[in-house]
Amino acid sequence: MIKLRLAKKEDVSGVKAVLIRVASILAAIFLSGLLILLIGHNPIETFAAMLEGSFGSAYGIKNTVTVAVPLLVIGLGLSIAFSMRFWNIGAEGQLVMGAIWGTFVAHQLPENMSRLLALPIVAVAAILGGAFWAVIPGLFRAYSRTNETLFTLMLNYVAIKFTVYLRCELWKDPNAMGFPQIAPLPSSAHLPKLFGIHIGWIIALILVVVVHIFLRYSKLGYEIRVVGESERTAHYAGINVRKVIITGTIISGALVGLAGMIKLTGVSWTLSESIGGGNGFTAVMVAWLAQLQAPVMILTALLFAAMEQGAMAMEISVGVPASVSKVIEGLILFAALSSDLFIRYRVVIEKSKKPERLNAQKDSRKEAVK
Amino acid sequence: MTGSMMVALFIASAVRMAIPLLLGTVGESITERSGHLNLGVEGLMMMGAASGYVAAYRTDNILIAMLAGMAGAGLGSLIYAFLTITMRTRQDVTGLALTIFGTGFANTLGKSLAGTTTSVRIRAFAQAQPLKPNLTAIADVSVLGPVLEFISAAFLQHNLFIYLSLLVAILVYWYLFHTRLGLHVRSTGENPSAADASGIRVTSLRYVHVVVGGMLCGLGGFYISVINVGTWLDDIIAGRGWIVVALVIFIRWHPLKAIAGSLLFGALEIVGFRLHQVPGIGSLPIFSQYFIDLYPYLMTIIVLVITYARKKAWQGPASLGQPYFREDR
Repeated sequence: MIKLRLAKKEDVSGVKAVLIRVASILAAIFLSGLLILLIGHNPIETFAAMLEGSFGSAYGIKNTVTVAVPLLVIGLGLSIAFSMRFWNIGAEGQLVMGAIWGTFVAHQLPENMSRLLALPIVAVAAILGGAFWAVIPGLFRAYSRTNETLFTLMLNYVAIKFTVYLRCELWKDPNAMGFPQIAPLPSSAHLPKLFGIHIGWIIALILVVVVHIFLRYSKLGYEIRVVGESERTAHYAGINVRKVIITGTIISGALVGLAGMIKLTGVSWTLSESIGGGNGFTAVMVAWLAQLQAPVMILTALLFAAMEQGAMAMEISVGVPASVSKVIEGLILFAALSSDLFIRYRVVIEKSKKPERLNAQKDSRKEAVK
Repeated sequence: MTGSMMVALFIASAVRMAIPLLLGTVGESITERSGHLNLGVEGLMMMGAASGYVAAYRTDNILIAMLAGMAGAGLGSLIYAFLTITMRTRQDVTGLALTIFGTGFANTLGKSLAGTTTSVRIRAFAQAQPLKPNLTAIADVSVLGPVLEFISAAFLQHNLFIYLSLLVAILVYWYLFHTRLGLHVRSTGENPSAADASGIRVTSLRYVHVVVGGMLCGLGGFYISVINVGTWLDDIIAGRGWIVVALVIFIRWHPLKAIAGSLLFGALEIVGFRLHQVPGIGSLPIFSQYFIDLYPYLMTIIVLVITYARKKAWQGPASLGQPYFREDR
């Protein structure tokens, strides 16, 4: 009888771990191909259409980067929460809340205000909005250990439904001929462009460096990581765990709120409940797949952005439903999760010599229980 | 319509909204009792809803649709079980991945059927009221007549599935708390290494209960798409799977309490809608037809906060979410 057994590996070198991870992603893409074949389409044609749509033209690349920017910024925000094992699944809601506060402030500003002044004010409002929406579950987690996964998740729905209410009633644009929409932002609150893409991409790249340094080299970043390792250890080391959790959630939500401002002022120019577009959830994978490493997130954000951008192209040109990209994302996650096993363990093939006796032992054990 | 009749009809629609939550909550309770925190309920319900609806549309047979719904979600939970038990992945992240996968899977499957409706036969089944008593003879009796009519309107004019779902909740309760196997399940969730040492096959037990729990979630999804809604919509579950995850904490992993808990949330899903129709109240902003949509989610948060605020609250199976590796003992 041949048996598979797992044995713990000694520390695996970084290169090998990365290789295993990349291989797992390739395996997931292969599986997705089989799935596409199963629903009656040509996988190679489909993947080609996705690639063509996301990186095949200057237009495609611009769109892909535009999608990647908020994913990256949200991912950076989430990585701070995840580093202290605060499972913030509420980025979608924090983004929407940031956009709500940003919209409110943008409409209060005088018409002819210069962008240089208007944009930072809108940004501050959005940052506060996102931080506010994140610190509520943060406070409850810090003081009564309330499950933050569910709390942040429910706040998504609250923020989204609240936006529907704003759009259809409280903030309904009287100039829209009865159409339920919120008045578009004044042009003073539009992000300027650089190389054909709104300057959110520069903000995102700067934030990558800032967050990386913050988590690696700052005192608070260190404390956040210790809390993530073990709250008990942190407590004995004299770290004020509550304070770290609360500050951490504020910073995390602030970054997500800023992403809301970037989407609001750079892409949609008007607030609606679909402003997040699922980015808050996709960014969870962006952060997680990059193992919370800020620089790696540039790659994972581009990967998921390309998938989303490519999915639309794929639906139009090949006729495969765009929701297939979510299936692929799910499979990539499954594969990446499983790859941990091969990084941490070695599969040992064993020939056990006396299987009969082993079984007999098991049976007698069962008898003893009865 | 009399006031009492309006209340009865309100209860009746609350019951209809509660059933998918009940099935999901009972299913997830089984899974969590065996020690696995499956955050993918939303994805499982989506998979159940889509495969159930597609089967209902193609075969026009409610039984096949039901089995398909369970099979779809069963497949999803089998993936979850394989990953968390055999591949030893993190349960929370795997659950989230399952939600993304299941939602994508379901929306892809249902895509071509958007805008269709279930057949007359299936709708007739959904509307049939097998337990409805004939009250014409005693309708005029002074006290008894109205009381019986109230009970009938609130609880007895439902389709067969509603009673079957209640039966499922009771049976699962009996199974978990009054059978030997149920005891094994619970001890696996509390202390897997002790369970293993006493001869319980932890791995296969967990596999079975994760998959069966997932199948019940799928049944809830099937109920929403085929019976309650009767058409396919993208993201048809709309967060109910997450409400289920919260409900399981609220009802303390207890299938009988799940009946009361899901009824409460079923009522919440429609209370705003009903209040909106009451003149005077409907014009208040907080009862606006758009604002009331956020009540179930707000209520879930309140329930969570209250549950965790109770200091010595029992926080569920002791090994919930903890992986069990025999070699690590």
